[in-house]
Amino acid sequence: MKKVRNLQDLEALRKSILQEKYSEKPCIIISEKSTCCYLSGSKEVVEAFKDGLKNFDLENQIDIKSTGCLGFCEIEPIVILEPKGIIYQKVKKEDVLEIITETILNDIIIDRLLYVDPVKGKKCKTEENMPFYKKQRRFVLGNNRFIDPLVIDDYIAINGYKALATVLEKMRPEKVIDVIKQSGLRGRGGGGFPTGKKWEYASKAEGEPKYVICNADEGDPGAYMDRSLLEGNPHSVIEGMIIGAYAIGSHEGYVYVRNEYPLAVKHLENAIKQAQEYGLLGKNVLGSGFSFNIEISRGGGAFVCGESTALMASLEGKPGEPRAKYIHTVEKGLWNKPTNLNNVETWANVPLIINRGAEWYAKIGTNTSKGTKIFSLVGKINNTGLVEVPMGIKLREIIYDIGGGIPDSKKFKAVQTGGPSGGCIPESLIDLPVDYEKLSEAGSMMGSGGMIVMDEDTCMVDVAKYFVNFLREESCGKCVPCREGLERMGEILTNITEGKATNQDLELLEDLGGVIKDTALCALGGTASNPVLSTIQYFRDEYKDHIEHKKCSAGVCKALITFTIDENKCTGCGMCLKQCPQNVISGEKKKPHKIDQEKCIKCGACYDTCKFNAINRR
Amino acid sequence: MEKQGELEPKDIRLLNAIIKKYDGKKEFLICILQDIQKVFEYLPRKALTHVSDKLDIPLIQVYGVATFFKAFSLIPRGGHTCTVCLGTACHVRGAEKVLDKVKRSLDIDVGETTKDMQFSLKTVNCLGACALGPMMVVDDDYHGHMAQNKVDEILKKYSSKF
Repeated sequence: MKKVRNLQDLEALRKSILQEKYSEKPCIIISEKSTCCYLSGSKEVVEAFKDGLKNFDLENQIDIKSTGCLGFCEIEPIVILEPKGIIYQKVKKEDVLEIITETILNDIIIDRLLYVDPVKGKKCKTEENMPFYKKQRRFVLGNNRFIDPLVIDDYIAINGYKALATVLEKMRPEKVIDVIKQSGLRGRGGGGFPTGKKWEYASKAEGEPKYVICNADEGDPGAYMDRSLLEGNPHSVIEGMIIGAYAIGSHEGYVYVRNEYPLAVKHLENAIKQAQEYGLLGKNVLGSGFSFNIEISRGGGAFVCGESTALMASLEGKPGEPRAKYIHTVEKGLWNKPTNLNNVETWANVPLIINRGAEWYAKIGTNTSKGTKIFSLVGKINNTGLVEVPMGIKLREIIYDIGGGIPDSKKFKAVQTGGPSGGCIPESLIDLPVDYEKLSEAGSMMGSGGMIVMDEDTCMVDVAKYFVNFLREESCGKCVPCREGLERMGEILTNITEGKATNQDLELLEDLGGVIKDTALCALGGTASNPVLSTIQYFRDEYKDHIEHKKCSAGVCKALITFTIDENKCTGCGMCLKQCPQNVISGEKKKPHKIDQEKCIKCGACYDTCKFNAINRR
Repeated sequence: MEKQGELEPKDIRLLNAIIKKYDGKKEFLICILQDIQKVFEYLPRKALTHVSDKLDIPLIQVYGVATFFKAFSLIPRGGHTCTVCLGTACHVRGAEKVLDKVKRSLDIDVGETTKDMQFSLKTVNCLGACALGPMMVVDDDYHGHMAQNKVDEILKKYSSKF
């Protein structure tokens, strides 16, 4: 393959790609190549379209583009018919023939495949009409729509690697750092440290070689934007890394990615190979004399490895234990050499900033938080998916305008941000503008951007217990406050959920949370009490209910609830009887049934099955 | 660690091929162990000693890594691995109930293997497929929108026992 030697070469390549591949032909865009799309049967849909077009002799007149995640995971696989932009949701292979004969050949819209806005009940024909997309500004994630992640030409066609070529040809490393500093970009992985400043420290640090690391150990449960970026647009991350490496003077880079993301690894490997073939990565990048290599390292499934020093220990082939950071990793990181580590999303922002300018970027967002942030909006929410919004947007706008509110007319209770290091934000703060500072002030944090919505059926004590148990298992065990403190917090929380705790325990829990916060070694321990402290702060009554009245109003804590059958509502259909794993439900057909309380294990199978609301959970 | 016999020459050749894939570099210890586990379904003791020799890393460090990370198992695992996602999104949608049901059906706890060596049970913190939660994975097959009444139906596909 011909190597690209400079900016001019790249531009020529781009034009030839556009001429060759992108005529005015209609195109069928299908969200195929991401983990959740595959799970929803996207591969079969693509195959069906290929076969279908062949059958109608259309394969030379209509293109198929198989892309990564389009963000709206709730309705995948998504099919978009260009040029009109008609969007169909949850398409199955059985629908394909009809789409071709009705919509493609005869311009007839298939009603049942249109997305219905859960708020207004309106059907939406195009993306622009969908409230989910309206308030978003998809500068980083939006490119997924134009790219087959396995085809580098698709990325080059939308000006991919132009930022890199510009940097290598026209900018000195100091200038690059200046631009990133001026843009106000801050780390998207959790800490929110100014990226330009980090690069500056790394570039000034003494020692060779210097390393660049991409942190793709996306461990926050409920956050998956990094996976989606690596799967859907791996070149944007690679381009960002090369630019960063040039700025700080590094020639070796690593991507540390979770082993639980096999597809991301596959797409990344492929992208690295393709970039090398074009001479965009490897020796003498774009003929500039600058060389940079990237290797992929797969993690071993430890949450703490998302912490930079633990990640580096693990990269060195050691157990992933963090160390105290009195010497920063930009000075002594991997193998004790200067190391610049940034998160996937941060790297993906870099080409954007170079292409559109620091000034443009800095205009988006709030005073202290610039640009956009991708959140994964999950849990009890109608429109589950990845949303990219300008910093400073209100929580309410994300949850109701974009997210479409809570399913099944349930009541909103809280939103959890920041993963296990974050906190729960209650309904009273729903008009909070989302930026690094505001979330911290509310007792939570930005984290990597998980946003888990909770409704009235979620017990906040149980949520706190869930996170503490999570962290207890993930604690590396090196420092006492985290290792022992979390153990004790877990015990107290378990006692509360079992109705065995007193008000003194609650005080002790708060005390202990404060101590862990002040004394733990790393960020994991330092923030470990956030989920507990924030739920006590905002939902003290719910804790009190568990302690004083032995009651779990959400109906979650097993020890405090009982299942009974309402005789007036029970029709005796026998469904619950069949589902009960313990065989403790009895009753004749068409007569009210009964649950033997002594033997009931409170699994809730009957409650989930009953169609007549006849099972009470109290 | 459990008692084990010698590795066969073909196993040694396989281990060497895996190590060679990573140029015998120490920093790829975790990747090497992952690849070994993929072949053997667990990390045999002799394999760890062999890796320690070849990479010139003390056995205690190899053992430390193999026991630190959740992904590794030092004891043989069952023919099928059943993994329940306990990510936050899955948790609020009732993953715990699904896990409880799997535990009852297989009659084992997390981290254990059934007596007939058919199934092992694991949990994972998040698979990043939150829109489809609660999630359960058997071997490499993902099953979304799980509920306790779907568990046996799925396990049936892998064993005639259910």
